[in-house]
Amino acid sequence: MSANPQHTPYHPRWYRASMPIFWWMRRWIHARFILRELTSIFVAGYALVYLLQLRALGLGPEAYARFLDLLRSPLSISLHGVSLVFVIYHSITWFNLAPRALALRIGDRRVPDKVIAGLNFVAWISISAALAWVTLKG
Amino acid sequence: MAVDSLAGNAAVVAGGEMVTLEVFRYRPEEETEPVYQAYEVPVHKDWVVLDALNHIKDHLDGTLSFRWSCRMGVCGSCGMMVNGDATLTCATFVESLLPGPIRVGPLENFPVVRDLIIEMNDFMEKLESVKPWIIRDEEKSLEDGAYLQTPAQLADFKQFSMCINCLLCYAACPVYGLEPSFTGPAVIALAQRYNLDSRDQGAGERNAILNTDEGIWQCTLVGECSVVCPKDVDPAAAIQRYKVSSTLQWYQKLLMPWSGK
Repeated sequence: MSANPQHTPYHPRWYRASMPIFWWMRRWIHARFILRELTSIFVAGYALVYLLQLRALGLGPEAYARFLDLLRSPLSISLHGVSLVFVIYHSITWFNLAPRALALRIGDRRVPDKVIAGLNFVAWISISAALAWVTLKG
Repeated sequence: MAVDSLAGNAAVVAGGEMVTLEVFRYRPEEETEPVYQAYEVPVHKDWVVLDALNHIKDHLDGTLSFRWSCRMGVCGSCGMMVNGDATLTCATFVESLLPGPIRVGPLENFPVVRDLIIEMNDFMEKLESVKPWIIRDEEKSLEDGAYLQTPAQLADFKQFSMCINCLLCYAACPVYGLEPSFTGPAVIALAQRYNLDSRDQGAGERNAILNTDEGIWQCTLVGECSVVCPKDVDPAAAIQRYKVSSTLQWYQKLLMPWSGK
């Protein structure tokens, strides 16, 4: 209702400030939030590269070799470097927020937030390490 | 007189130290755009920002308008923006903001009626819309006795029941600022307070309002609502848990349409 407040004789004029486009630059915590939202573009980028890799694999050995060459180009490597930073930031902020969404109970006691976040981090690091071991050993 | 001696006991930090308060003024009969007015206020070790505002009102400028009541973080009336942070002015010490100037404004994201007073009908209507009371399919008769509850069942919702409707979470929420149709943190937390209550059976009715874009799904988890909350209600958690449970319900409906829920 107050989005379009109706003025009455008792409230002759209300003042409503509008939010500037760059509202998120006024406070560091908001800038950090926008940064977190932006990281999803890089996560989508990774997914896209992965899909293109699968497509190249389907097109045969030559196409796949060409795709791998493309991945080895300096441009691709630097893009991957930037993406990696953003995706790590995305993961860390995401796992830190996990306790907000999960209220686990064991018996009568609530599982502490640190344990929920910690389990997420442990799972993330061990699965990443296992994947790295499988892919890099060969 | 008792009152005078109390005022006389207020310890001064340094001899005659003063701090400037820049206070948001909006007098609709005088100005179309708000202005900040500076006041020099003495520094007392035990003064909160609300004490400084009351000093202005009592001694410097009686036309300054603001809401307050209990002075101890219970009533939720004195929420304002202090140096850009949504805070209860009764719980923010002047000493912690020295050397100043200290900028005091009305809660953001709400229309301003006058000076530091905001218009909060929007919140009140949204609060009513989620039916924040215990809903029963069928009331027990008086002879059947009270609805009993274990301490564990109480613990499920107690945190969300601590809300004092101070609206700091709305002032801190950029989603509410950008989309005033958003139901908002406190209302969703209070709806969860009843949804999680073992005596309540109204989750379905509230779901019709909350499981919508304007309900929980507009929230992008900025998380500031929980940061500013003076009662540790953690509205961000209430909203995220609601998202999880309504997603699970959606899958349950999709995979087991016969489950009836």
